[in-house]
Amino acid sequence: MIIQDIQNEIIDEFALFDDWMERYEYMIDLGKSLPLINDQFKTEDNLIKGCQSKVWVHAEMKDDLVIFTADSDAIITKGIIAILIRVFSNQHPKSIIEANTDFIDEIGLKEHLSPTRANGLVSMIKQLKMYALAYQTQLN
Amino acid sequence: MKNKIEHSKFDVENIRKDFPILSRKVNEKQLVYFDNAATSQTPQVVIDAIVDYYSNYNANIHRGVHTLSQEATDKYETARQKIQEHFNAKERHEIIFTSGTTHSINLVANGFASILKPEDEIIVSALEHHSNIVPWQMLCEKTGAKLKVIPMNQSGELVMADFESILSNQTKLVFVNHISNALGTINPIETIIEMAHQVGAAVLIDGAQACPHIKPDVQALNVDFYVASAHKMCGPTGVGMLYGKEEWLNKLPPYQGGGEMIAEVTFEKTTYANLPHKFEAGTPNICGGIAFGTAIDYMNTIGFDTIATYEEELLVYATHKLLEIEGLKIYGTSKYKTSVISFNIENIHPYDIGTIVDKLGIAVRTGHHCAQPIMDFYNIPGTVRASFSFYNTKEEIDTFVNAVKRAAKMLT
Repeated sequence: MIIQDIQNEIIDEFALFDDWMERYEYMIDLGKSLPLINDQFKTEDNLIKGCQSKVWVHAEMKDDLVIFTADSDAIITKGIIAILIRVFSNQHPKSIIEANTDFIDEIGLKEHLSPTRANGLVSMIKQLKMYALAYQTQLN
Repeated sequence: MKNKIEHSKFDVENIRKDFPILSRKVNEKQLVYFDNAATSQTPQVVIDAIVDYYSNYNANIHRGVHTLSQEATDKYETARQKIQEHFNAKERHEIIFTSGTTHSINLVANGFASILKPEDEIIVSALEHHSNIVPWQMLCEKTGAKLKVIPMNQSGELVMADFESILSNQTKLVFVNHISNALGTINPIETIIEMAHQVGAAVLIDGAQACPHIKPDVQALNVDFYVASAHKMCGPTGVGMLYGKEEWLNKLPPYQGGGEMIAEVTFEKTTYANLPHKFEAGTPNICGGIAFGTAIDYMNTIGFDTIATYEEELLVYATHKLLEIEGLKIYGTSKYKTSVISFNIENIHPYDIGTIVDKLGIAVRTGHHCAQPIMDFYNIPGTVRASFSFYNTKEEIDTFVNAVKRAAKMLT
């Protein structure tokens, strides 16, 4: 599925929630249920120091698609990571570079991607794009 | 009404009317503001003082002969006098206006760069805010002096026996906060000052967290330097003060060059102005200084004894209520502490709790509170910190405790 379609799918899913509580409960469930990263990749090199919460990101390329795995020590941050991974992972590097994150506003989670939030997510998205750019260079 | 929570005689409902912000809503809920240790809210009289300045007598000070400049200068200097009286400084020129505590600390650190020698030592406490660690590290790099640390114990108190053992004739400077921002511990500064003076060291006390709760008497403390910020004591941001004993302030070189701080300038030589102007280069935060004076008047009208008694009541009530929550641990359990509660709930990240309670209209601080060494000591990523002021209520504490319970339920 292309990135835009996944984003629309997520927007539709979030439209079913009545209030913030339900949205957060869903994110917390996502955060609890997913093993997002292999422990061997939870290294200092893969760590984004977000000040408030820590975020680990690992990337690899398989069949010209970038596979991302990531994790956080805070569960709400981890829930948002799960959503971001669903959008960005398993995609062609070029699509990742070109994608935006406007859908986050539409699902009511804008504040978590504020640069002043210090939860590591803004740096994480930057990092995902950096990896994509690096893999894209390899493909050229 | 039996179910109405009783407060002490102090009429908090009336006090709350002085603070317009307390009636606003956040995320469609009534705001509960428990981030007072980061910054306090502003009463209408202080807001009025700011509006009055810009509406009626905005002018540069100490320079013009015109009426507005005279009026602004008079009000600014009156504010300095209010600060002098509040802290009981001997001389008015011992009060230096700064942009805040961090600026005040850097001013002193910079001054000591010309005094310290490589064999000298500086002592700081393990309970310091980053702003009270970094300037001294920079000073040590510049001068070759060594930085020593007074350790803390599990309750969040300084280990005084260790202080005694690191204190020596080489100690030139001791820096301790009066009250820890992360844990609320009140440090035994009287003893620290006395012990430091016995070896001939100067003492700087960071009063940023103390001044909203207590009224320090710098002469009784016999402290060499004492610093504070207006915005933690109902004043505006961007203004604060440095108290220094006259002999110390005369010994330190100016911090910044500029207008106001000079007596005479030729290209060959500049003579510096007298205290306090020697340390006040450039146009200061005039409006902020004046409003700082108004804030001090406001707090004194309520009275620091009344404030302390009421805040103690809030602290005891909140501690008791929070400890009913399963898995909740409070960091900083000294007998001597102000109305700050730093805590975590087992297996829950503080960031997650902060996010959920914000959705419920409650402002608390989460994170390491710019005191990473303390978090490292407890081996935690941070805490949730609720800090109460005299305009908070027990009803708000109930709302907060219920919010934390709800967050804990969602997150486990």
